[in-house]
Amino acid sequence: MATAGPIDLRARFSPDEAALTADAAGPSQSRRRRILTFAAFAIAVLVLWEAVKWLGGVPWRFENVLGTGLAIDHNPPFRWALANDLNLPHWFSILGALAAPVQRNAELSLGQFLAGAAFYTWREAAIGFLVGALLGLVLATIFVHSRLLERAFVPYVVASQTIPIVALAPMIVYAFGPNVTSVVIIATYLTFFPVTIAMIRGLRAPDPRALELMRSYAAGRWAIYQKVRLPASLPYLFTALKIAATASIVGAIIGEGPGGIPDGLGRAIINFNQQYISGPEKLWAAILVSSLLGISFFVVIRVAELVVLRGRPGAAEG
Amino acid sequence: MDPRSPEPLASTSKAGEVVHIAGVDKTFVTGGATLTTALQGIDLDIRRGEFISLIGPSGCGKSTLLRVIGDLVAPTRGSVTVNGKPASRARRDRDYGMVFQAPVLFDWRSVEDNVKLPLELMGYDGARRTARANEMLDLVELGEFLRHHPYQLSGGMQQRVAIARALAFEPSILLMDEPFGALDEMTRERMNQEVLRIWERTGITIVFVTHSIPEAVFLSSRVVVMSARPGRITDLIEIDLPRPRDVETREQRRYFELVTAVREALRRGGADTGVVEPDSEVGLASIDRTIAEGGIG
Repeated sequence: MATAGPIDLRARFSPDEAALTADAAGPSQSRRRRILTFAAFAIAVLVLWEAVKWLGGVPWRFENVLGTGLAIDHNPPFRWALANDLNLPHWFSILGALAAPVQRNAELSLGQFLAGAAFYTWREAAIGFLVGALLGLVLATIFVHSRLLERAFVPYVVASQTIPIVALAPMIVYAFGPNVTSVVIIATYLTFFPVTIAMIRGLRAPDPRALELMRSYAAGRWAIYQKVRLPASLPYLFTALKIAATASIVGAIIGEGPGGIPDGLGRAIINFNQQYISGPEKLWAAILVSSLLGISFFVVIRVAELVVLRGRPGAAEG
Repeated sequence: MDPRSPEPLASTSKAGEVVHIAGVDKTFVTGGATLTTALQGIDLDIRRGEFISLIGPSGCGKSTLLRVIGDLVAPTRGSVTVNGKPASRARRDRDYGMVFQAPVLFDWRSVEDNVKLPLELMGYDGARRTARANEMLDLVELGEFLRHHPYQLSGGMQQRVAIARALAFEPSILLMDEPFGALDEMTRERMNQEVLRIWERTGITIVFVTHSIPEAVFLSSRVVVMSARPGRITDLIEIDLPRPRDVETREQRRYFELVTAVREALRRGGADTGVVEPDSEVGLASIDRTIAEGGIG
């Protein structure tokens, strides 16, 4: 057995493990390639966007091209309704609107205003997310330990998600009052479901022999939960949390309308919706900020996942 | 041979019997109302420090018998006494170490932490956990791989970690369920040598389930031959090969005689059922192949 040293180790690597070591050999290189791919696609989308405008938008005029004082007029060959400035503003107009004051003579730019609103909404969403994740974890734990309760209650958990949130939100606001609590409840409502469903699966993920092994140690339910079920379920938990993070933002934005919360993205979206004819860029900018908020929350969870699952096979994927 | 009166083995009998199985039946309910008899009329005594192999075609209930001994499956009838107490009590007293065909290691724990898991559950303090884990990993010659994660090790190395984990809390019986069944022939022979060395050093009682005749003969002090449908013991064969056993043991005339004896016992057991089951045919064919391969080395 003395020969079963490092040579044995290398010779018996499975293809999976070989891929793992290859990945470990050049993580910075593969990361750079990912960033480049992402940037290339983003630029392609922006170019395509303007190509559509160029072909089918409305006539526009470039003033002072690249500081030369020249002006270029462009008259697109086609007139596509979907490409006019109301339906599809120039993306640089949207960026321009972010830099412009939020209202005439206001000190705050639209970008600053939306960033503040996004932070406010994020706080509501984060509370809803935490409560929802905890609720999902508790429900899944109960269901995994009791087939009876699982059979009795999982159908209601599923049914709860078939109710349109726009119908439910006003009812929650009516019951709990037009305040932040209602918004948090709505965010919670959208968050607990993916966590419950994923964790029912995740807590059952351990090999049955792992449970036999624990039984042979005379381990109790709590020890099995803590040492085997919970750690085995973490990859499932993080997949659910990534879904829940984005869902909690959507829930908070939707809840702010009927909840009458003036400071978040929800109210901003409603207001800019009403002003769409006069300034479509503002609504586009609000949508841009909302999606950036969702993506940021997602990335936060993803980073937490990388930290918590480090050292496990396949942790770098997903 | 009458399975109810095993001859005492002078070379290994030390402090009397450690496992006493009397009249054990096990029936499973399969597919609604169908009852499958996995075990019928099992009587077996295992002495302290013995190395017992359970061998038989697939479906003969050898794994079930192992689980009945370890109180992972309750017998339908009969009793299992371990160290003078019921099997359930022995399990709660942590008398059993278990090793399965798959290593069942936890990916989120390092090799060292995997070995420490049972010690955490059993309330060993930190220093003693570390000391025991290091000692056990040295025993299976994996002392250099403490910080590795299980998926970074080969199949044979993972199984050695599983053995270290099973021995860490000093159980009195090691229950092994086809532990080397998933390994290639070369690794399996090395692991056989390894497990014998550990058995000799620790003096632990081992109950070992296998479907490989050469493995059973090479390792055991006694081989329990079982047959299927219903699962029962048809023969007990004493393996009187001298110890310590090594590569040369596999080339001795007596070794081949015993391999033949076990194979014939298995054939007789198969014929007893009166029906030639397609699946037990496959089982025997693979056993024959194993003998041919084992006979070369």
